[in-house]
Amino acid sequence: MTTMTLAKALNSGLRAAMEQDPRVLVMGEDVGKLGGVFRVTDGLAKDFGEQRVLDTPLSESGIIGTAVGLAIRGFRPVCEIQFDGFVFPGYDQIVSQLAKLRFRSQGKVPVPVVVRIPFGGGIGAVEHHSESPESLFAHVAGLKVVACSNPDDAHWMIRQAIASDDPVIFFEPKRRYWEKGEVSESAPAGLYSSRVVRAGTDVTVACYGPLVKTCLEAASAAESEGRSLEVIDLRSLSPLDLDPVVASVRRTGRLVVASEAPSESSVTSEVAARVQEECFHTLEAPVLRVTGFDTPYPPSRLEEDYLPDLDRVLDVVDRSLEF
Amino acid sequence: MSDPQSWVPTDPGSAPTREHVLSGLHGLDEGGPELVQLLTPEGLRVDDERFGGRVADVGVEELKGYYRDMVLVRRFDREGNALQRQGELGIWVPLLGQEAAQIGAGRALTSRDMVFPSYREHGVAWCRGIDPTALLGIFRGTDHGSWDPLEARFHLYTIVIGNQCLNATGYAMGQKFEGRVGGDSETDEATMCFFGDGATSQGDVHEGFVWAAAFDAPVVFYCQNNQWAISVPLEKQTRVPLFQRARGYGFPGVRVDGNDVLACLAVSRWALEECRTGNGPVLVEAFTYRMDAHTTSDDPSRYRLADELELWKLKDPIERVRVHLVRELGVGSEFFDSVQEESDALAARFRAFCLAMPDPGPERMFSEVYADRSARLEAQQADYLAYHASFGGER
Ligand SMILES: Cc1ncc(C[n+]2csc(CCOP(=O)(O)OP(=O)(O)O)c2C)c(N)n1
Ligand SMILES: [Mg+2]
Repeated sequence: MTTMTLAKALNSGLRAAMEQDPRVLVMGEDVGKLGGVFRVTDGLAKDFGEQRVLDTPLSESGIIGTAVGLAIRGFRPVCEIQFDGFVFPGYDQIVSQLAKLRFRSQGKVPVPVVVRIPFGGGIGAVEHHSESPESLFAHVAGLKVVACSNPDDAHWMIRQAIASDDPVIFFEPKRRYWEKGEVSESAPAGLYSSRVVRAGTDVTVACYGPLVKTCLEAASAAESEGRSLEVIDLRSLSPLDLDPVVASVRRTGRLVVASEAPSESSVTSEVAARVQEECFHTLEAPVLRVTGFDTPYPPSRLEEDYLPDLDRVLDVVDRSLEF
Repeated sequence: MSDPQSWVPTDPGSAPTREHVLSGLHGLDEGGPELVQLLTPEGLRVDDERFGGRVADVGVEELKGYYRDMVLVRRFDREGNALQRQGELGIWVPLLGQEAAQIGAGRALTSRDMVFPSYREHGVAWCRGIDPTALLGIFRGTDHGSWDPLEARFHLYTIVIGNQCLNATGYAMGQKFEGRVGGDSETDEATMCFFGDGATSQGDVHEGFVWAAAFDAPVVFYCQNNQWAISVPLEKQTRVPLFQRARGYGFPGVRVDGNDVLACLAVSRWALEECRTGNGPVLVEAFTYRMDAHTTSDDPSRYRLADELELWKLKDPIERVRVHLVRELGVGSEFFDSVQEESDALAARFRAFCLAMPDPGPERMFSEVYADRSARLEAQQADYLAYHASFGGER
């Protein structure tokens, strides 16, 4: 076990993947000499050279589109999108080519591309730097979508994502980049699995990315008031691994789903719909959600209002318990 | 076909070559023979056959005005940096070094023209009559731009690189459709669109060029080539000088010394006039240098050498006008002292305004998302405001 920040854990995961497989390339804006605006690729250009760590021209469609071409040629590109709000110029390539190539070629052309996206708010940034667009990718057949929440997962999930033969949209909780945690000697779980990160008996709380820490803190606060929350880190948003959630809800009878993203037609709606299909007879309360609002991300002085925090999670937990 | 499985990348550990060492130096290009210049870095007036006449009316008073513009803009720009360092702003995007490129362009505009800025155009905002304090909200996080874009004829800042080039083109198409081009010099209009060297790699910029050409749109594409896109040097974006790209799209491109306010004014006047009279679009490349970090979050020492900056300091856009005013036009120290004083007063007002800025209320999150708001959104707002109030408004 080694203790490191989430950013460093990603960095060492990328490094390990690059050492293991010479076909792994890192590409994106400012990922070379600068090491990325969050320093996630720090030192990689120096150690692996400009042939494997590509400072690209400023164009996201270019980054994704050429990564698809490189993958067709047998490389395993790991693309960095600088901020969540800047993925959209590349969205066409993601949806039209990256997601569909395997299907269109009847499996003859796999495209093992990873698209890393720092996501979520809470860093006091200007517009387009704090968004949670994961549902826009989870909705697209052919893509896998995952979100890490802590250094251990960051390190191992990025390695697993690079090893995966499917395209993976890899969300990184940017406001947690500088938080430290232990990284295990081997992968703690499969890439497409959810995990119970805190056991409890009264209410199940399913969450992912930056809100896992928030929900764990809420669980600690709830415990001091005599309520026991079971917290599940979904980790994989598409496919969803809901077995642990269903098993948990069968015991607690209550589910709260938390996310920073707007609630409408989202990952949280999907979780709610599927859990009620599976757990209709054991649910004691409707599945409730605590999310961002169905509005554009606000100016940062309002982000504490927009983002679900400990109080809002507990408020919804209380509402669940009141049924 | 070679087998990608057997591909072996070259070993980066080998000793640096001469090329490697030289590749560490960027921004040394002087601009080449096609650079339009009217005022040298030494403060001497030079003529330009094609563009010199466009500023024949500029006398000492006008030059003093542009000098004042640049000093004031630089002063509040520096204050923005300081306010960020002191925690009053989340971020500041400095324009240091680009004052001439922006004032030259901004002073060429008429009140009818429309502007689509990127996010560094504080100097153009100044020329549009937008008080500098109106820029603060974006960087403090209280709003996404507090001016009225239609009234100021200065669109909101656009952060997603390149997006505005298509928006500007569409606006210019509208100007043309309404007959505000090539008719009456009293009513003709044009649009000016600002973007950086890095932005030229973005699809939206390329598409903007194509569309503007297809519709003869009266839009001046004004690229401030400050040699860097965060850590990425110009060479990564283009093989040819950027102004030459225009040719491939079928419209003229001009490279102007972006640190020469007179040349920027002259070329911008020409470019806007071309557009207003129906000969648009036009590409202007203002050849300049980003003298500060990309933003206050950036650390340029990680990717560029300080020598570069030292070289560009010799071409400072403000200093050359000062030297010219003093040596060639005999302007005395009272003028410079008074501009200095005025700039300090502006900085103080800028700072005081910033410190007193109230945070928006939570209802702002829900306002103006739609013309016609859904009942669900109404309910979200009502629920949240009630919840917020339950904390005594102190969440
Ligand atoms: C679509 C998009 N991708 C990435 C970014 C992040 N980003 C902000 S500024 C910048 C560099 C822009 O360089 P340039 O166009 O030369 O303008 P400059 O900042 O030098 O004025 C990048 C990559 C962004 N804002 N939008
Ligand atoms: Mg630039």
